[in-house]
Amino acid sequence: MTDITLPFAPVQETGQASYLDEGHTLLSWLTTHDHKRIAILYAISITLAFFIASVAIALVRLELLEPNGLFLSSDAYNRLFTLHGIVMVWFFLVPSIPATMGNFLLPMMIGAHDVAFPRLNLLSWYLYVIGAIFTIYVIISGGVDTGWTFYPPFSTGFANGHVVTAAAGVFVVGFSSIATGVNFITTTHMLRAPGMTWFRLPLFVWSMYAVSLVMVLATPVLTMSLLLIIAERAFGLPIFDAAQGGDPLLFQHLFWFYSHPAVYIMILPAMGVVSEIFACFARRQVFGYAFMVYAMLSIAVIGFMVWGHHMFVAGQSELADLVFSFLTFIVAVPSAIKVFNWTATLYRGQISFEAPMLYALGFLGLFTIGGLTGLYLASIPIDIQAHDTYFVVAHFHFIMVGASVSAFMAGIHFWWPKVTGRLYHEFWAQFAAITMFLGFNMTFFPQFIMGWEGMPRRYHYYPAVFQIWHVLSTAGASVLAVAYIMPLIYLTWSLRSGERAGDNPWQATGLEWQTTSPPPKRNFERQPVVTEPPYMYHETGHPRSPDDSRPVKPQGNAS
Amino acid sequence: MSDVSRALQEPWPDLAVQREGVHFGIWVFLASEILFFSGLFLTYAVYRSFNPQAFAEAGRHAEIFYGTLNTGLLLTSSMTMAVALRASGARSRRITLTALALTVLLGLGFLFCKGLEYHDDLSKHLFPGPHFAIASPPAQLFWSLYWIMTGIHAIHMSGGIAAVVTVWVLFWRRTIPVQNSTMEGVAAYWHFVDSVWLVLYPLLYLVGRS
Repeated sequence: MTDITLPFAPVQETGQASYLDEGHTLLSWLTTHDHKRIAILYAISITLAFFIASVAIALVRLELLEPNGLFLSSDAYNRLFTLHGIVMVWFFLVPSIPATMGNFLLPMMIGAHDVAFPRLNLLSWYLYVIGAIFTIYVIISGGVDTGWTFYPPFSTGFANGHVVTAAAGVFVVGFSSIATGVNFITTTHMLRAPGMTWFRLPLFVWSMYAVSLVMVLATPVLTMSLLLIIAERAFGLPIFDAAQGGDPLLFQHLFWFYSHPAVYIMILPAMGVVSEIFACFARRQVFGYAFMVYAMLSIAVIGFMVWGHHMFVAGQSELADLVFSFLTFIVAVPSAIKVFNWTATLYRGQISFEAPMLYALGFLGLFTIGGLTGLYLASIPIDIQAHDTYFVVAHFHFIMVGASVSAFMAGIHFWWPKVTGRLYHEFWAQFAAITMFLGFNMTFFPQFIMGWEGMPRRYHYYPAVFQIWHVLSTAGASVLAVAYIMPLIYLTWSLRSGERAGDNPWQATGLEWQTTSPPPKRNFERQPVVTEPPYMYHETGHPRSPDDSRPVKPQGNAS
Repeated sequence: MSDVSRALQEPWPDLAVQREGVHFGIWVFLASEILFFSGLFLTYAVYRSFNPQAFAEAGRHAEIFYGTLNTGLLLTSSMTMAVALRASGARSRRITLTALALTVLLGLGFLFCKGLEYHDDLSKHLFPGPHFAIASPPAQLFWSLYWIMTGIHAIHMSGGIAAVVTVWVLFWRRTIPVQNSTMEGVAAYWHFVDSVWLVLYPLLYLVGRS
């Protein structure tokens, strides 16, 4: 057994050792049942996945500098963007916030000392790793060229990559998100601390609850649709073969029944994270707490009923088109409620611009643009024009990268002192946050313009008239790359040399801030009892005044 | 009671809450499983509504003898599982172990019959492909669904049997005492897999025979 010393801070203040000191061997990490350690295992894995997928798309963006390509064959180009999609969606975005911050914080925020099923939690990480091994095998053995959507008849009959292995990888990783979902729902129902009523739950917990519902109910349908693809390709069972009476469109229905809700799997956790951060850095109660809760739940529910908007040009009936278009407009209402409530939370707040807040503000702007362009695509005439163009690509990247990754970074910075016991370097973090915002807009705003002008997505060669936008986009991507690498450097540096954080560096109200940083193995020294609603940054009805130096009221008596 | 406390696992405060938690968790998981199978049922419904004649004809080729026998075996196994759950609630070690063993045997009997049936199906060229026995093309859709549905169900059965065997060994070796908080999840899963079969049986064996 090798002894690996981890570069984390030891805890001196209390008698209890922190969760990081519960064992320093690699084996102690790989066999842990502690939700906080599993969160860290996930964080390392998804960071690797993020950089694999980023390298793939960086090559694609370089290739697109020239209208007739630079250095890739068309086959390699197809395989790279497919790899980018598969790894980013299933190995980074879907597990990103739930499996890392959700795992770490959900039990702490409700005053529990672990999730309901700790061994299932560890199993979910191993399932993720097995899925990742399949995917790495696909990468090494030459890739797959179907796009992340695996549409038949191309995937079942004509694609010449490793479709079966790639689909099997996604199949396995699906069970990892189901396991996480089951665990979170049961934990929230069964293990809340005394006094932690449903409407005292922090909004992050609500977002985890809503996202778990979607994970548990949508993922199995994806799993089944991939299984049918595997059955057809590997065993010759003609499920989607039109020659035998099969219907390729049926696959699209099954696939989008998962993959549209999956978009909400990616954005709901982000909404939870920024709700915590806006309240803390504006020193304000979240405006319209109950509305925020109902908005998240209705997004989760209505999100199940909008999948047909991916199929407006696929030959659906006109009635189905109209219904799906209408429901897609409806799902914008709770999203808009949330945007207004965040804005109202900021109003008359004592705002300070630490890095988490900068990322969160970036989220707010990018999410609004991404959401509003979603309304363009929800209206059928415009979608028929913009379908499968870079306009769509830009739209969903504003949501998934602009909003979700911003929120992910915001959360990483916000809870970094809690997780590691150290402070990150504030200046570099602020610099990275602003760089990311600028780089992101430079990458994806040109894509709106060229998409609107007719540049189709996934094309290798394109007319020279679009070149200027592609060049701008690639330039932006390189700025974005810098913004992604910077946090890796200064956060790693802070593990050893960062200032000691103290238990509650942001003076935040949640239960997770009332235990030590890093927390002990069982999170709290004694069972916390919750006495207050969340976010009591000031008395109800009076915004906090600038010279108010009273400490905030914590949500419970965990300390 | 110190004997019973060995059955208590992290993070539950006591056995009653643990039992409730396991029960709740397994139902959330079963909700997920229902959605998993509903993808198949939807596919079946769509294709059958497109090709009612071909599905009726293809369904008449299914081995109704094995299908019916297996339905009987599974229903009986659900009964023995229900007995085991009740017995474990009463801390009756002997009845629990016997009932669980019977459940495993009935489950294995199901898989054995399924194997014989697969053998017959294969020798009658009922696996879709170039030498398929039925001329009408949509019959291949029916038989594709037959293989996928029964195959996935058999995998679920095997998982169920493995889980029951595990619980049986834990009880037998007295690693944990006989009580129902551990049984709760296994029993709910077993009944679920049985009820999936109750849907598959009419869809695959009775269609076209009325």
